[in-house]
Amino acid sequence: MEYPNDRRYLKSHEWHKLDGDICTIGITKFAADELTDITYVDLPAVGKEVVAGKAFGEVESVKATSELISGVSGVITEVNTRLSEAPELVNKESYGDGWMVKVKIKNPAEWETLLTADDYARQLGRH
Amino acid sequence: MLRTALYDIHQRLGARLIDFGGWEMPVMYRGIQEEHLHTRTASSVFDVSHMGRLLISGVDAEGFLQHVCTRNIAKLKVGRCGYSHVCNEQGGILDDIIVSRYETYFLVVCNASNREKIVAHFRRHAEGRRLTLDDLTMQTVMLAIQGPATMTLFRENMPIKLGEIARYGFITGSYMGTNYSIFRTGYTGEDGVEIVFPATFAGLVWDYLTQDRGAGQVSIRPAGLGARDTLRLEAAMPLYGHELHERIDPISAGCKWCVDLTKDFLGAEALRRIDAEGPRQKLVGLVVEGRRIARQGSRLLAGGREVGEVTSGTLSPTLEKSIAMGFVESAQAAPGTPLTVDLRGVQASCSVVPLPFYKRPE
Repeated sequence: MEYPNDRRYLKSHEWHKLDGDICTIGITKFAADELTDITYVDLPAVGKEVVAGKAFGEVESVKATSELISGVSGVITEVNTRLSEAPELVNKESYGDGWMVKVKIKNPAEWETLLTADDYARQLGRH
Repeated sequence: MLRTALYDIHQRLGARLIDFGGWEMPVMYRGIQEEHLHTRTASSVFDVSHMGRLLISGVDAEGFLQHVCTRNIAKLKVGRCGYSHVCNEQGGILDDIIVSRYETYFLVVCNASNREKIVAHFRRHAEGRRLTLDDLTMQTVMLAIQGPATMTLFRENMPIKLGEIARYGFITGSYMGTNYSIFRTGYTGEDGVEIVFPATFAGLVWDYLTQDRGAGQVSIRPAGLGARDTLRLEAAMPLYGHELHERIDPISAGCKWCVDLTKDFLGAEALRRIDAEGPRQKLVGLVVEGRRIARQGSRLLAGGREVGEVTSGTLSPTLEKSIAMGFVESAQAAPGTPLTVDLRGVQASCSVVPLPFYKRPE
């Protein structure tokens, strides 16, 4: 499986795409496949603070419920409301329309510390 | 982990494999919801070879089964299958099984996770009786073919003559020197059959069943344990380890119908007592508001007080609702009772509903 080079990753499978000071977060296709059909995504409200390393929500499937971890600190500026009607977008468009939240970040250096696509792929192989 | 004779085929089909009761089994091939819906609308084949298949023969076989089963085995006719529980002295459930009576022996099908426990339990209670117990699990294969199109497709795909089989009845036959049994039973709430035959023919039979019938034609497609669970839950069929276990009895678990309290069997005294006093808890169906799934262990509350616990839950692909089964205090078990379920710290409203959630159109 190929992982997009235009973003960074956490070991816990959250991808982080940075545009200026807005970071979009979602989960990789690998994670979505592991969960199987996603039935619900629990996301915070706009304005909520997120802290790097802490959970900001949950993703649920028939198989399991998993926490969503943010790799960056900041404030939620946008939430993908399409996911409440169509949680399957996370499975089908993991890197596009299946995005979850946008965070206005305080410290771009935080994003730099996240895994590159290659590092993420490599550490997956070690599981 | 143990593997069934179909392991190579599951791999070839790209199945996601998991550890289930010590067996490496397919949880899904294409997707749980897709496999579930194909079963409800057409026909799916499930490899259930991991389940225990025990052959019990001998002069004392019936008497032995009468002693260890809650069901009245004397009333089970040749060519018929009966669902039963196996209990311990306290009335706790050791397993739920299907007993089938052949001309000269019985077949007991038990849960994969309980096979060793049940074999040990049976051997202990078979001592001094004139009977033989043979564990046929490894040398046979069992496939469940389930869905409204099953009987038609089975007749069209398989090179054997299938007569009429009544629901919960079975037939035996032989094809090219190979003996097989076909049971009109299932664990999905749909019509269908479960077939048992020697493991050497696993691939051949699978290929016959799943053959591509051409463009625009309905085919029997593989389905895994993930869909098996969502299907049985919609049909409100209990699962050992969830609704059934050693700390619950058949009466409280809603299975009194498979218990004959007028006969003597292991656990009968305890069950008569529970029946006389009335069970303190009951197994109920629940519909949860919203789309969050209530998982096993989730607490059920009434007016802020804990009154029970969820045993199984999922998002029903057929009903598109969050459904669950659980045990609640008898006073809270009436359909319509509003309850609250604790979902990992978040409270959601739910209400008791009659079971099953889904019933196939007749």
